Amino acid sequence: MTGKPLNPRGTKYDKWTFPVFEMGVVGRARYEYTTGQALGRFLAGLKEGKILGTVCDKCGRVFVPPRMYCSYCFREVDRWIEVKDEGVVVTAVMSYIAADRSRLKEPVAVGVVKLDVPGYKFDDHFFPGLMHYLCGFSEDDVKSMRAFGARVKARWKPPEKRTGSITDIECFEAVRP
Amino acid sequence: MTGRNLNFKHRVAVVGAGLTLFRSRMLETPQELAWLAAKQALDEAGLTLKDIDCVVIGSAPDAFDGVHMKGEYLADGAGGVKKPTVRVFVGGATGVFVPIAAWWHVASGLCKKVLAVAEEKMSHAAKPHTQYVFRYIWDPIVEKPLNPNLIWIFAMEMHRYMHKCGVKKEDIALVSVKNKRNACGHPSAQLCMPNVTVDDVLKSEVLVWPVQLLDISPTSDGAAAVVLASEEEARRITDTPVWVKGIGWTLDTTHWTNRDLAYPEYVRRAAEMAYRMAGIDNPRKQIDVAEPYDPFDYKELHHMEGLGLAKKCEAPVLTREGVTQRDGDLPINPSGGLLGVGNPIAAAGLMKVAEIFWQIRGEAGARQVKKPVYTGLAQAWGDLMQAGTVIVMGI
Repeated sequence: MTGKPLNPRGTKYDKWTFPVFEMGVVGRARYEYTTGQALGRFLAGLKEGKILGTVCDKCGRVFVPPRMYCSYCFREVDRWIEVKDEGVVVTAVMSYIAADRSRLKEPVAVGVVKLDVPGYKFDDHFFPGLMHYLCGFSEDDVKSMRAFGARVKARWKPPEKRTGSITDIECFEAVRP
Repeated sequence: MTGRNLNFKHRVAVVGAGLTLFRSRMLETPQELAWLAAKQALDEAGLTLKDIDCVVIGSAPDAFDGVHMKGEYLADGAGGVKKPTVRVFVGGATGVFVPIAAWWHVASGLCKKVLAVAEEKMSHAAKPHTQYVFRYIWDPIVEKPLNPNLIWIFAMEMHRYMHKCGVKKEDIALVSVKNKRNACGHPSAQLCMPNVTVDDVLKSEVLVWPVQLLDISPTSDGAAAVVLASEEEARRITDTPVWVKGIGWTLDTTHWTNRDLAYPEYVRRAAEMAYRMAGIDNPRKQIDVAEPYDPFDYKELHHMEGLGLAKKCEAPVLTREGVTQRDGDLPINPSGGLLGVGNPIAAAGLMKVAEIFWQIRGEAGARQVKKPVYTGLAQAWGDLMQAGTVIVMGI
């Protein structure tokens, strides 16, 4: 096969004098993301300690995170609904690394929470759900999958510290009976 | 070619393939890598660039190579200058999407001979780590503020699959062991590990439980290329054209927290489309060899089930019984896959297509499967568990 590998042993290139040209990203570029109609209201709800979703009455889907349209019926959603800030864990993992691949000092549990909506029942195929940190679960709770199906409830930041962000919820915490 | 609700002018064949080495860091620039693969594919087909009517380029996020408009940038090395040239991109599914796009160029009658090239140079995104540029895949409002690592979602999918199907880590590790051993027959391979064991996988660094270091493919640089031609041209070029029998692709929603991760619906739908076109109604019996996308070991199992090569939750059983070994009844990833050969994203998917091409021609050398091969399949997957791309090829 063709091509020349620089580091056949997988050594970090900067220990070697290789022809590499390094450059950072341009200036101190930052993004300012639009929150949009649906997520804008969702974030405002979080600031008030509420989790808001939207409903399509045609197919009965409840969207959390909310959308302004139902992508299945391809029509505008009919209304907003306040969903419960509790639900069950559908999947859980234990992260030992940060976004930049460095090792974390303490591992963190993360997962997807299927949220309760009064008057609605959901199967596994479509449900209102959020990814978030899970707290109150040990490494063993996650590794043994005991965390699956566990009931959790949002642990909110105090109102004065909320900024209108998904991080206004610190984590979803295990509900101990 | 017959098929329900499909209408096209020309049958399409693959007539040549090329690959570079896959390594964690290559000396060549992305353009040079594209050229190396493209030139080899042309040589193998006995063609020169003058014979090529149109060019299709595939490459994953610009952020890896660190060059915006990567298609335009690669065109020079990929043979696309002063020709109708297009770049396609569906994340990790890109590699198989490249020959799909090349197929519709030829099947429509628009172009007779198409050069399809895929390239990725992940090592350019060096600091702090290649994984860091994946943060732009997450939803900027509801996910990115949680400071996620992309491996999170794969770990969540893997764990959900393990939970729903009652699969043990030991069974999943068998896939990694098989593919890293298979890779020793591949001249491009980055991770040939002839003596790797299940124990090695289970003792490797834990990244995001249940994902450990040897459960994942490496970051890689590399390029791959194939030449596609219409039936008339293909018969002139070679005595052994490999026909594209079926193609399929689908995209699911980016809102992955609203759906079950235990079963890859996006792959099932893409496979159904390809099977309908290829006249396949029992893939387990009619597919002789398959290269499902395996950036993680569980993904091979997951995708086998989505492709209908195993029933739901059955893929780990077939793996344990040795059915998926190179000399088994249904060889899966005889190339060594992404886990063994390496994962230069778009190029890795096209490497699988090249592998099926060589397997069907009986030119896979040390990797040639024992059973006779009439029909093979390659599949890739990408984005937030969303994109499925499938190609069925045969004699």
